[in-house]
Amino acid sequence: MDDQQLLTINGVSKGFPGVQALSGVHFELRAGEVHALVGENGAGKSTLMKVLAGIYHQDSGAIAIDGRAVDIDGPQAAQDLGISIIHQELSLMPDLTIAENIYIGRERRRGFGFFVDDHDLNRRATELFDHLGIVLDPRAKVGELLVAQQQVVEIAKALSFDARILIMDEPTAALTESETNTLFRLIRDLKRRGTGVIYISHRLEELKAIADRITVLRDGSYIDTLTTDETDLRHVISLMVGRHIKDETRPLPADGAQSTVLEVTGLSTKGLLKDVNFDLRRGEILGFAGLMGAGRTEVARAVCGADKADAGEIVLHGKRVKIKTPSEAARLGIGYLSEDRKRFGLMLDQDVHFNILISSLPRHANALGLVREERARQESRRYVDTLKIKTPSTRQRTNNLSGGNQQKVVIAKWLLRDCDVLIFDEPTRGIDVGAKEEIYDLLDTLAKQGKSIIMISSELPEILRMAHRIVVMCEGRVTGILDNADADQEVLMDYATRSGVHGGITA
Amino acid sequence: MNPVDAAERATDDASGAPGENGRRTALGTLRRQLQQILALASLIVLVGFFSLASSNFLTWSNITGILLSTAVIGILALGTTFVIITGGIELSLGTGMTLAAVMTGVFLVNLGWPLFLGVLGGVLVGALIGLINGINVAFLKIPPFIATLAMMLIAEGLALVISGAAPIYFTEVSGFNDISRGNVIPGLDLPNAVLILFVLTLVGAVILGRSILGRYTFAIGSNEEAAGISGINIKKWKIIVYTLSGAFMGIAGVVLAARLNSAQPSLGVGYELQAIAAVVIGGTSLQGGKGSVVGTLIGALIVGTVTNGLRIMSVPQEWQTVIIGLVILVAVYTDILRRGKGG
Repeated sequence: MDDQQLLTINGVSKGFPGVQALSGVHFELRAGEVHALVGENGAGKSTLMKVLAGIYHQDSGAIAIDGRAVDIDGPQAAQDLGISIIHQELSLMPDLTIAENIYIGRERRRGFGFFVDDHDLNRRATELFDHLGIVLDPRAKVGELLVAQQQVVEIAKALSFDARILIMDEPTAALTESETNTLFRLIRDLKRRGTGVIYISHRLEELKAIADRITVLRDGSYIDTLTTDETDLRHVISLMVGRHIKDETRPLPADGAQSTVLEVTGLSTKGLLKDVNFDLRRGEILGFAGLMGAGRTEVARAVCGADKADAGEIVLHGKRVKIKTPSEAARLGIGYLSEDRKRFGLMLDQDVHFNILISSLPRHANALGLVREERARQESRRYVDTLKIKTPSTRQRTNNLSGGNQQKVVIAKWLLRDCDVLIFDEPTRGIDVGAKEEIYDLLDTLAKQGKSIIMISSELPEILRMAHRIVVMCEGRVTGILDNADADQEVLMDYATRSGVHGGITA
Repeated sequence: MNPVDAAERATDDASGAPGENGRRTALGTLRRQLQQILALASLIVLVGFFSLASSNFLTWSNITGILLSTAVIGILALGTTFVIITGGIELSLGTGMTLAAVMTGVFLVNLGWPLFLGVLGGVLVGALIGLINGINVAFLKIPPFIATLAMMLIAEGLALVISGAAPIYFTEVSGFNDISRGNVIPGLDLPNAVLILFVLTLVGAVILGRSILGRYTFAIGSNEEAAGISGINIKKWKIIVYTLSGAFMGIAGVVLAARLNSAQPSLGVGYELQAIAAVVIGGTSLQGGKGSVVGTLIGALIVGTVTNGLRIMSVPQEWQTVIIGLVILVAVYTDILRRGKGG
């Protein structure tokens, strides 16, 4: 391998309001090397790559290419430096053709620079595809391709830049095995030509096949860089999760042979979910663990009718139900608390009272449909008191509340609606530490009162602390359902990275 | 090959839905163009219907009358097709056109400029309005609906102020009336305004289908963020799109003034909605990313035909407006159906 140092990242930090995404991160890339970057959700991988791609600018720290310091102040600057990125979220224009997408901004022009030379465009794309062994019609519209095909277009676009540094953020997430093999062949070809590849993946077993070195990030900090051949994946996982001591405060499973409240069997969606089965018992907190894109949110959305399920059966209180919309779910007593409170959970311009009441207005209205304001306000005051929502009054705009108190307002809304199944998607995201404790206490109290709770969380310590049982997902499948006593971070991470395992359970 | 076809091919024919491996299928191509085919079919059905309903409909003088009355709305609609494909909207079309017409009057009548300069000045006034809209949208980040709504009021007021709320007559300007009413093709009794509409359709189709500008128009409307990441200067191209739409608005102003041989400062409100209706009926999506210039021409002809046909059938003016509204609902709903199936 060529030992030439291509890229050096030294002490790079980047903060956002409320969170330090990167603190003093180091990373090196040699020419002709595949260097994997791994870490849990929120470890800072994507932020670091966005710094390299010129989408963010670091607060401090230095980046050097070929030993010379560079300042990447925009996507164009990154392109000019030979850095090319395959984005995790597809960044294609669906109404344009494949060739148009690949060469957008780089079209060869005719007629005084006014016209696009489409012949040239399609010819170049065809040549590129032939070279890469891709079978796609460059004139097809991207919006009509399958997701995997779109992923292939993204990869082809990145490769078309003849980049010296190629960043791949979860490139195989939507690929089949044979497509993945094609990709690996391409990567090895690039290596021979001296391209440096930064490879981000949740599929750890892939790294054995493709990565020369592995760098681990955790909580925005640099942990270690390992040579792939000299390490085993268990070690990598333990570095990713850190050596946490088993948490002593984890609760015992709810007592007795609790009755099953919700039973989901064979839940599948066209996009992601494959044969998801689980049950939820009365007074239980059921944790959903998994990596980004594992399908946890999709399960929640399908159960509460926000997304259409293509197959599957939902049994609620022993009765089979069909839930087509969130409003039907609410009527049946299932409340979904989205991870994106600000978009789906709250009307931020409205006050606390308005938000708590919004799902239960008919019950607080008289025969003419007019709201009985005095009684309604008593109700919202009662919930502000019992949930200890810190607000000067029920007339406060929710915009002015802290994240934790906003979350409590959403909870109050569903409690007032008499929901007995509550689905929390990342209930403590964007909430500071002290307020997290209050949310935890609240969840515990609700469970003890007999509510059944599904808690989706990307933070393993949180899941381990709160959940009686834990469903682990990977790539749309349930890879394991564990009692809390059998779980620790490494076991969960192991299940969460088991792509292609069809529910096989070994502990 | 017909040049319009050639230009449109770049955006439409190449878009057949791919089957396995992204190969195109005839069925996919058909579905893609369904809206345009439907629009054209509706136009033919409408013409057939009105021909049967009234013997006066399918006469040369009535057809040129329809085309002449379609010309102004058609030209407005052509320009704004670009804006709508970027995902924007343009509400200052009608009154901006009026302001351009009034300024043409100021240049030619009050200032006595030569014909060519005065007309050019009028077109540039339109382009300037578009430029300001573009700056407001791209740099000040004012939502297009608000930015152009404000401009609609500004242009309406300015047109009244500048003209003193009185029409400016071009009777002393020789040759001005001929811009719309004259006819340059010997032996064919087709008003120039209609020729201008057709030529501009061609120009618009070539720009949209073949030029860098057209490509970036689709890119921005399709996924603005992705276009930005791809290194496209979004602000610059948005401003160019609005300016282009403004220039078309200026041309429409000149054509309207020449047809009436006067600049009417209180005429113009409502034209923007008819033009947007024509764009939508022609299959351009208000969500952006999809649309065609030829579709817009067909849409404008549908609006013109329905208005004219209903008038010939002695349907009262008020009901004509109601029916145009229904036509828009049907057109947009078929678009939704089409996209629903397109998945």
